[in-house]
Amino acid sequence: MSDRIYLYPIWIRFWHLANALFFLILIATGLSMQYAAFIRFDIAVSLHNIFGILLTVNYLFYFIGNKVSPNGKYYKTTWKGLFSRLAKQFRYYTIGIFKHEKPPFPVTKERKFNPLQQFTYIVAMYAMVPLIIITGWALLFPEVLFNKLLGITGFRINDAIHIIMGFLLSVFMLIHIYFCTIGATFTSNFKSMVNGFHETH
Amino acid sequence: MRLNYTITLPIALVLAFAAIITLGSPGSEGTANKAQPKNAVENEGCLRCHGQNRYTYLNTESGDTVVKRMYQECTINRNVFYSSIHGNFKCIDCHSEDYDTFPHPGRLRMETAYTCNDCHADDPMYAKFNFEQITTDFEASVHSTKHSKEFTCWMCHNPHSYVNMARNEKDIHKTIEYSNSICLACHANKDQYQLLTNKDNPNILEKHEWLPNQASHFRSVRCIECHSAISDSTLVAHNIQTKDKAVKNCVECHSSNSRLMATLYKHEIQQQRNKAGFINSGILESSYVIGANRNYYLNILSLVIFGGTLLGIVIHTSLRILKRKKNV
Ligand code: HEC
Ligand code: HEC
Ligand code: HEC
Ligand code: HEC
Ligand code: HEC
Ligand code: HEC
Ligand code: HEC
Ligand code: HEM
Repeated sequence: MSDRIYLYPIWIRFWHLANALFFLILIATGLSMQYAAFIRFDIAVSLHNIFGILLTVNYLFYFIGNKVSPNGKYYKTTWKGLFSRLAKQFRYYTIGIFKHEKPPFPVTKERKFNPLQQFTYIVAMYAMVPLIIITGWALLFPEVLFNKLLGITGFRINDAIHIIMGFLLSVFMLIHIYFCTIGATFTSNFKSMVNGFHETH
Repeated sequence: MRLNYTITLPIALVLAFAAIITLGSPGSEGTANKAQPKNAVENEGCLRCHGQNRYTYLNTESGDTVVKRMYQECTINRNVFYSSIHGNFKCIDCHSEDYDTFPHPGRLRMETAYTCNDCHADDPMYAKFNFEQITTDFEASVHSTKHSKEFTCWMCHNPHSYVNMARNEKDIHKTIEYSNSICLACHANKDQYQLLTNKDNPNILEKHEWLPNQASHFRSVRCIECHSAISDSTLVAHNIQTKDKAVKNCVECHSSNSRLMATLYKHEIQQQRNKAGFINSGILESSYVIGANRNYYLNILSLVIFGGTLLGIVIHTSLRILKRKKNV
């Protein structure tokens, strides 16, 4: 009885695959450097640099893609009523879902994301990811930026932002992956990210 | 209004965290110069010739006043000498009084120079420096074993300019620069190097190309961090070892039990115990060493957030399983 809507164009799927992969590598190497644990330090540094650059390129692809393709419209929202929409969706996830209520914002061709999803994607993709990318590039060229302009305090703030964003995005990813298991079936959202079709209940 | 570029929330979060990290980083003070050097007047008897690049003397045979160039090695900068550690000395405390005649008598060439230990060994006043151990370490070092007598303490501790930065300088970057300049005086200067050997002077920058951000490393650590064996009973480790024993493993510094705590930051740590919260806070005052600087509270906070998230997921999953529709 399930319907199929084509929601994930091929470019988004490729972007997403690369993004997820790069992210996992960056998290692994980043953790390894900070806690000097499981990957040889100089290898971790090089990998982290390379995949940081790749992630930047991939992000530009996503950013421009969403500017020029219709997929961008799913990220547009308004302040008005935002909070009550978020609350409604939150109530659904914490209470309604267990009572088998209908989702308050079912997925349609016009609305790919529910408000909570949309909000977190916007914060993650248009605030946290840009911040981590910019601070990361600054760390790649510390001589230029910090010795000449900002000094050691600037360096430390920059570094702190980078690490904190890395942490928050890791938490985001955890929650994100978990919420992807809440679909028509446990795995249907993951299948969507492969074949492009969203299954509804 | 569109929400696409809402960055205020994360920025506020970030600034709050960043504030925790940046708390408490004192400025640095320079080393003060002494006001009136103790033996300035008497030393002028020597410095009027040795204090600059040229000197004049009266040619007693022709009666002319002659101007000549002073050898580079024999030229001593007054300011540098008087702010050095032995700057209260008279020249003739270390050199023969007979130098007051010119030309200097030929037999003075046979004068043997003092060693540090002639004055400092077994003196309780200098016990904290542990000259005895330093001497032992130095004698085991690559410089001493390969060159024995020619290579003396004075090679690194210029008798007319040596200052003790390791204990007195607040700005660690100045200490680093000073310490490294001692090594680079030979290792980046072929003429100086080849006073001791006929070998080619290896190019230091090329030899350390494996080290990423080399410039920034050489500004933030001393050569001896990687090249000396750590010594517990001296502040500055003097046993410089052959290149195959040098530290190449990044984690020796980039870790919570960083080697730097036993070397570069040893003095600071002896002076002040760690500031609340930060592991290796001594380092944090001047550098941010990936892996070696961590904030205790931030670590706890991130564990709590991460643990909370996992717990939430576990509870949610359990409820989903418990409350699932029986017919699906
Ligand atoms: C009139 C100038 C003049 C004065 C004054 C003078 N020197 Fe010299 N000194 C020289 C010159 C020139 C040389 C290098 C040529 C030589 O070794 O004779 C020299 C060389 C030396 C050397 C190196 C000798 C060596 O083994 O190569 C020492 C040490 C020295 N002087 C110490 C002193 C001291 C100490 C005084 C003060 C008590 C002093 N000089 C005063 C001109 C002077
Ligand atoms: C703490 C002891 C000490 C004091 C004080 C001192 N010297 Fe020396 N000086 C030495 C020693 C030791 C050497 C030999 C250095 C070496 O072997 O590398 C030396 C070397 C020299 C040389 C020869 C430089 C060379 O490289 O051959 C001159 C010239 C000289 N001193 C002049 C002076 C003058 C002038 C003063 C006073 C302003 C002075 N010294 C004060 C210990 C001292
Ligand atoms: C001729 C004797 C003599 C020689 C040789 C000598 N020193 Fe000294 N040194 C002294 C005296 C005396 C003082 C105290 C100076 C003062 O307080 O003004 C001193 C002070 C010092 C200090 C500072 C002590 C403090 O409390 O801050 C250090 C470090 C030091 N010397 C290192 C050396 C080294 C290293 C050498 C050899 C390269 C050396 N000295 C050679 C006599 C000497
Ligand atoms: C290869 C170079 C080199 C040689 C050789 C050398 N030193 Fe040093 N020494 C250093 C450096 C670098 C420092 C640190 C300077 C600073 O930052 O203050 C130092 C510092 C010291 C200090 C001060 C340590 C403290 O606790 O504050 C003493 C004392 C000392 N050296 C004595 C000696 C003696 C004695 C010898 C000879 C047996 C010797 N040094 C030979 C490089 C050398
Ligand atoms: C007076 C000149 C001089 C100074 C100062 C000096 N060195 Fe050297 N160093 C040499 C010479 C010459 C050799 C070559 C020894 C040989 O193989 O004959 C050498 C060798 C070495 C080696 C061994 C390289 C190998 O092939 O294994 C290391 C490491 C080293 N120096 C480090 C240092 C450090 C660190 C300092 C400063 C604390 C320093 N040196 C200061 C002259 C100097
Ligand atoms: C981060 C650690 C580190 C620092 C800092 C460092 N070195 Fe080294 N250095 C090494 C290692 C490791 C080697 C051996 C490299 C190799 O064998 O490929 C080495 C090699 C050398 C050699 C031997 C070169 C050759 O092949 O003959 C010299 C001399 C030397 N270093 C001097 C210095 C001097 C001087 C400084 C300070 C300006 C310095 N080092 C700073 C780790 C370091
Ligand atoms: C002797 C200790 C030491 C060793 C060994 C060492 N580092 Fe560092 N490293 C530091 C310090 C101190 C800093 C902080 C530099 C600063 O003040 O910005 C640093 C900074 C860095 C940075 C940040 C870049 C920057 O300019 O701040 C990177 C990347 C890095 N190290 C990589 C490495 C790698 C890779 C290795 C091994 C090949 C290594 N380090 C070995 C002490 C060390
Ligand atoms: C291995 C890790 C990841 C997995 C398994 C995963 C899985 C998925 C799935 C299944 C969807 C479809 C969502 C749905 O249908 O509701 C999706 C969408 C999305 N994911 Fe991920 N994801 C991962 C990592 C990430 C990361 C690291 C980010 C960003 C930092 C991210 C950002 C997004 C975004 C923005 C979308 C919406 C795409 C669109 O515009 O259509 N994902 N992800």
